Amino acid sequence: MTGAARLSLDKLTRRFSEKLAVDALSLEIASGELVALMGASGSGKTTTLRMVAGYEPPDSGRVWLEGKDITTRAPRDRGFGMVFQHYALFPHMTVGQNVAFGLEARGVSKSERSARAAAALANVGLEGASPRAIQSLSGGEQQRVALARALVIEPPVLLLDEPLSNLDPNLRRSTRNELRATLRRLHLTALFVTHDQEDAFAVADRVALMQNGRLLQVGAPEELHDNPVSRAVAEFIGRATFVPGEYDGQKVVVHIAGAATALAARAPATVGADVLAVLRPDALAFVKDGGGWAGVVTDRRFAGAQLVYRVRVDERTEIELQSTDRNVREGDRMSVRVVREPVPVVAA
Amino acid sequence: MKPEQRTSWALAAPVLALLLWCVAYPNITIIAGSFAHGLGYWREFAHSPSDREALRTTLEVAFGSVVAATAVGLPLAFVLSRVEFRGRRLLQAFAMLPAALPPLVGVIAFLFLYGESGVVTRAVQRGLHLAEPPWRLTGVWAIIFVHAYTMYVYVFLFVSAGLERLDGTLDEAAAGLGASTQFRLRKVTLPLVTPALAGSMLLVFMSALGSFSAPYIFGGGLRVLSTQVVASKLNGSMGMAYVETTVMAIAAVGALLLLRWFERRRTYALTGKGSNTRIALRGPMAHLAPLLATALVFLLILPHAMIVLVAFARDGTWTTQVLPPQYTLENFTRMARDPQLWTPVRNSLWMTVLATIANILVCFVAAYLLVRRRFAGRGLLQLLVVLPWAIPATAIAIGLASTFDRSAPAQLRLLLVGTFWILPLAYFIRGIPLVTSAVEGSLRQMDPSLEDAARGLGASWWLAMRRVVIPAARPGLAAGATLAAITAVGEFVASIVLYTHANRPISMEILAQLRNLSFGTAAAYSVLLIVLVLLISVAARLLGGRAERVETIPTA
Repeated sequence: MTGAARLSLDKLTRRFSEKLAVDALSLEIASGELVALMGASGSGKTTTLRMVAGYEPPDSGRVWLEGKDITTRAPRDRGFGMVFQHYALFPHMTVGQNVAFGLEARGVSKSERSARAAAALANVGLEGASPRAIQSLSGGEQQRVALARALVIEPPVLLLDEPLSNLDPNLRRSTRNELRATLRRLHLTALFVTHDQEDAFAVADRVALMQNGRLLQVGAPEELHDNPVSRAVAEFIGRATFVPGEYDGQKVVVHIAGAATALAARAPATVGADVLAVLRPDALAFVKDGGGWAGVVTDRRFAGAQLVYRVRVDERTEIELQSTDRNVREGDRMSVRVVREPVPVVAA
Repeated sequence: MKPEQRTSWALAAPVLALLLWCVAYPNITIIAGSFAHGLGYWREFAHSPSDREALRTTLEVAFGSVVAATAVGLPLAFVLSRVEFRGRRLLQAFAMLPAALPPLVGVIAFLFLYGESGVVTRAVQRGLHLAEPPWRLTGVWAIIFVHAYTMYVYVFLFVSAGLERLDGTLDEAAAGLGASTQFRLRKVTLPLVTPALAGSMLLVFMSALGSFSAPYIFGGGLRVLSTQVVASKLNGSMGMAYVETTVMAIAAVGALLLLRWFERRRTYALTGKGSNTRIALRGPMAHLAPLLATALVFLLILPHAMIVLVAFARDGTWTTQVLPPQYTLENFTRMARDPQLWTPVRNSLWMTVLATIANILVCFVAAYLLVRRRFAGRGLLQLLVVLPWAIPATAIAIGLASTFDRSAPAQLRLLLVGTFWILPLAYFIRGIPLVTSAVEGSLRQMDPSLEDAARGLGASWWLAMRRVVIPAARPGLAAGATLAAITAVGEFVASIVLYTHANRPISMEILAQLRNLSFGTAAAYSVLLIVLVLLISVAARLLGGRAERVETIPTA
């Protein structure tokens, strides 16, 4: 245990009949840190969160909060606020009563309750919403009431389960930014679950990527993108074309379109000589003056500021790249080159 | 008029006409009859000590039944849906048993068990060496006791369903915010099931208000409105019967309106997904709970067991013993041999089949109109299909008896009293709300665009109906028809007012045998009735089960 960790998960394991939902997961969260648990559905991220919150008992492993073992503590004694995916707002209470609920449960006096609830609502930009009925709130407002309700009890760690997944795309983008701003302003420590990498990258300081109950990699968003430890991480984070090559400790040599190309490489320590080079669409560009890999454009997709092209450079390799050049058409013969090095490599 | 509206009206007109004729008209006859002498009958009612007593007792029974049924049903629902213990599943299955007893049969079972010469009463008397029976099963308390057994099922069912629908994350959220188990129960769970609880309490109130079997058998000298109505009719004071019926019906319709109001408020309890977990018992309670569950199961099954036991008792031999001393198969074999004894069974089956078929046809159209069409008269239709649910069976029967007692085509009156047809008509009327609401439920689950899609693909209205709407309605039709058939086959309350010797149903034969002190034969008929109820349920489950698969395909 490091002294700085606010919340520490130590080899948490949970099995549902045959399936290992969470497999010896260890993770430390420092005070004031925002950490995202990211993964596809069924990867075990929600089960992990529920074990932290105390709703799900781990089969083995421990949960530590500020140096105390809370593994067997009941949810009500942990004092974590939790924001649920569908918000779980009490439908028979007003907004104010919902937000004040945690204080009422702690026997806080009525006047203090309403003052603190009003302050928590102001924190999420819902001043004066106290008397409103839950049913009259929009999706975004419900999300903010759920956040206020969790914040009002001043949780040592705030837990959020897919807090943005019920919002439509535009609202989701603005709420995402507000969420990060609020968490930052109040110096909160938070662990949140998401399947969406944009949400994770926008809100979290560090992202913990899960697959099949295991932690694949933990790190800052850029680190996961630029230094994936495995093909699985590279596939989950962003888009990429994987090209086999040989790695000598500094450079990777790839064979494309009959030519060997050497690229500066960045690799995890464990990697051997046979590798896959990870070519990100934004690290590639069309070249007009010859050189690079020649091929035929097979697909063109408009994506706002950028266009995404696919170029077939030999019979086994189709490269995806981003470009601002709008004049390239399907069927054009174009050359492609790596313009940003080093490229990440992962074990083949 | 648009073609859409033309079909609506072509369908609605005959259904509305039929319901106005057989549901509204008899009620209007009663209300008009109560004012036949201006306010005369009403004044007489207000000043009659026996009617005042009947009104007071009826309310005592109704409120007492609500308290007793809630006291049994509410804790049972909470324990069975929130606590895990050995024997829970068994108890859950048996908790529904009282619903499988036709009303008269349940009352008779209680008579055999807890009556003055009942098995339990005599066993206690012998055990404690008492000179007198330890209790008498008469009066308000006896009626409430029987109602508690038969009606707690409403509270249990409604509250269990409410708890089932409750979003499990609400409880988790409350726990995460630091709320203790009691605090969560008081502040989150109870408020959320309150609409369901209130609804079931009103249902008990309505049922107890119109209850006839228990007061009729256990009342002793006690008067309640439903028995008073029948007594007034027998005495020929129809004016008083009309007033008493109107009072009873108004109270029941009032309760119904209140119930509707609560149902509208219930909407929010339907949100979210149920992921409720049960608490496992620890310590001494973990050992005690299975014992308590077993005892409860025993209590629940006792009435059924008693009926079966007495069905094999030789008539006339059970006098002062705790248990019947001699057993025989004769009660059943005689029924098969003696055509006189078989007639009531044949009658009940025929009348049930006729009434249920009519229910299926009329109620399907009514439900389709209510769910899928907008037309003038929809509100009236809605009222007409729900009225027979609120109005006590005695009131329905009196209405039919005084409306269709002569042939007067100009007044739209047919002579049905004294004929075979009056009972199937009464059963049909009682089945209308059951079948219509079940079909409405199924049709509401159907995606409305399915019918439009079928029409858009070129299907005629009838083809869309046959291939899309009717299959979607099938689970509701099966469930509703089951309820209607079960009610009809054991019907007693309307039958006692309207039957003739030729079309006497099983329930009247049970009563006749009981009066004759032929307990064995009465119980044998009761067993037959229970078996019929079971057969109908199983047949419907097979039909409905098939239909349910059809229904789940589009939503899967």
